[in-house]
Amino acid sequence: METSMNETQQQAKETVFRAPDRGDLQATATVDREVRRTVGEARVADPRIRCNDINVYYGTAQAIKNVNLDVGRNEVLAMIGPSGCGKSTFLRCLNRMNDTIDGCRVTGDILLDERNINAKEIDVVPLRAQVGMVFQKPNPFPKSIWENVAFGPRIHGLARSRAQLDEVVESSLRRAGLWDEVKDRLDKPGTGLSGGQQQRLCIARTIAVQPEVILMDEPCSALDPISTAKIEELIDELRQQFSICIVTHSMQQAARVSQRTAYFHLGDLIEVGNTEQIFTNPNHKLTEDYITGRFG
Amino acid sequence: MSNQTLPLPRPVDVINTGLGRRRAAERRFRLYGVAAITLALIFLVLLFISIIGKGYTAFWQTQIQMEATLAPELLDIADPADRNQVMAANYGAVMKAALRQAFPEVSGRAEQRQLFALVSSGAEDVLRQRLLDDPSLLGQTVSLWVPAGSDIDMVRKGHIDRSLPESERRVSDQELAWMDELAQQGRIEQRFNWNFLTGGDSRSPEQAGIWGAVVGSFLTLAVTMLLSFPLGAAAAVYLEEFAPKNRLTDIIEVNINNLAAVPSIVFGLLGLAVFINIFGLPRSAPLVGGLVLTLMTLPTIIIAGRAALKSVPPSIREAALGVGASPLQTVTNHVLPLAMPGILTGMIIGMARALGETAPLLMIGMVAFIVDVPKGIFDPATALPVQIYLWADSPELGFAERTSAAIMVLLVFLLSMNALAVILRRRFERRW
Ligand SMILES: Nc1ncnc2c1ncn2[C@@H]1O[C@H](COP(=O)(O)OP(=O)(O)OP(=O)(O)O)[C@@H](O)[C@H]1O
Ligand SMILES: [Mg+2]
Repeated sequence: METSMNETQQQAKETVFRAPDRGDLQATATVDREVRRTVGEARVADPRIRCNDINVYYGTAQAIKNVNLDVGRNEVLAMIGPSGCGKSTFLRCLNRMNDTIDGCRVTGDILLDERNINAKEIDVVPLRAQVGMVFQKPNPFPKSIWENVAFGPRIHGLARSRAQLDEVVESSLRRAGLWDEVKDRLDKPGTGLSGGQQQRLCIARTIAVQPEVILMDEPCSALDPISTAKIEELIDELRQQFSICIVTHSMQQAARVSQRTAYFHLGDLIEVGNTEQIFTNPNHKLTEDYITGRFG
Repeated sequence: MSNQTLPLPRPVDVINTGLGRRRAAERRFRLYGVAAITLALIFLVLLFISIIGKGYTAFWQTQIQMEATLAPELLDIADPADRNQVMAANYGAVMKAALRQAFPEVSGRAEQRQLFALVSSGAEDVLRQRLLDDPSLLGQTVSLWVPAGSDIDMVRKGHIDRSLPESERRVSDQELAWMDELAQQGRIEQRFNWNFLTGGDSRSPEQAGIWGAVVGSFLTLAVTMLLSFPLGAAAAVYLEEFAPKNRLTDIIEVNINNLAAVPSIVFGLLGLAVFINIFGLPRSAPLVGGLVLTLMTLPTIIIAGRAALKSVPPSIREAALGVGASPLQTVTNHVLPLAMPGILTGMIIGMARALGETAPLLMIGMVAFIVDVPKGIFDPATALPVQIYLWADSPELGFAERTSAAIMVLLVFLLSMNALAVILRRRFERRW
């Protein structure tokens, strides 16, 4: 047990190419603070998701302004930016969760494997199974831990028997790093877990339906470093097959897990590019301000 | 002095100076609360004392032991094997003969009429039942306990004051003398009044029972619950979870709130016009009563149901939708179970109101005098509050105690209904 933890941390450390160190970055950004057009490479060659001209309005207030962004295959895309800049809002467009908010309007095209999922006629039920989501606040069902994880596979008919469901529950909980802590109390309510355990339960619930794209809204904000390392390991593993979008306030985390990083600022996508480049050599002054700690 | 800057007071000191006032306000508020609850409890206790004090005697009945000879010629039974003849036989004559035999000295029409009033006309039913159970008794003399007349009953229970002069009381000295004579012989007794709990209504107070009204209320409420719960819950779920939020749903919402405040008698009139006059459903039937009370309780259940659904955290819906549950699956698997306690609370309130409702039932004829206990939702019936109203309105002294006893039965009915609902709600209660 002890050694496996250490290994996990070890691995997590190895994936760090450079934890951005505030202050020692040289001011090299060239694009001025007033510029709002996206700097950097928003497009990739073979995208899993391609967003064209996304605008999101809450009533009359615009929360996302004309964003174009691709998510590649087998890629982890990190979204960073100050609080309230629209990261969650943008993320929620990708599985149409904004539909559930009264007065929220999303315009533009979101192509998932060349199919516009923002079109009216798209059935959101299979879409949300395909594009899973982990929410910013842990929101387990007030049911047993087992029920929490088994709900998705059951409603989608992914498991035929109770035994199969048991298998799915166990493997999902294991991958979310929660199995050892809860294996003796699967029938206890999920709401009785600690905040961090709840978040990992929600992650297990999401991966139990085997989504092809996973959206994670600050999945580790309530987790300790060890659980965080486990989740980051999971993200790395999932990336082998799927695409992942992760919102995070920890720049170290963004640097550790992501291949590309997008920086949002007040509804605008300011800069997007290679994670290494964004953290070592940002082109936009706002990005630079943010990662050097002069903003937010 | 004035140039010196005064040291600013420490916030802790400022807080401490105001603390006494805050504590006093707190204490005062608690005191008000305790006072209010005490007052309410006092009134409740007074109510119970008054009702139980007046009503408990109705559960006891004065009975008189009689020796009756079941003479075939008096009964007018030619063939004892013929059930119809036994049913229709003249048991009154037998009873009168038995009374005359017990008090042979009585003569004169007026005196005899008084004598016959010693026992209730319900005595004939006792005799009939006896003979039906055992036809071989025909021609024999049997000893049996029969209910006393209402006046005797009232005297024995102390509702008629014996010390008043004869001219001011309902019972004559002669009747009292007969009664005392029977008492001396040990032939008069207070027995538990099963008839009150198992019988239907009657014109004579000593024979009137509450069971008919209990069954009527039960059938009416069963109809109400079976209709209003699914309809109300479904309407609440649809309006809260599925309906688009637009002007039309706003208007519907306003109207539902208004309906909750409409006087119940209006629903009664509506029921009369629609269910009886247009649909031709039978008058006085629990079915119609249930339909009318459904109309009346629906708004309460819908409003409570919507409030319960609203209080389910949106994160639960997001969680379910997020793994790809359809809106219906989200509602049935997660939202509805969480809202169920609240919906049930609304139903308890609605049903309790429906149980106590009199006015709309008057409109649809459930106020008729009905002796038979209803056997189904199409039979004419009355309901507990209506029965209370009818008895309270009757001039006979014997109905006064029955009114209070009927109120006691109504309260027991209400308590058991609420207890059931609370148990149900417990089973659904979950934390999140
Ligand atoms: N349901 C809503 N109704 C109205 N406005 C909203 C709603 N949700 C978000 N907003 C607004 O949209 C903007 C973007 O919000 P969003 O939640 O996407 O920010 P965020 O980048 O995720 O912030 P954080 O890092 O704090 O989670 C904010 O100005 C917020 O006030
Ligand atoms: Mg957010």
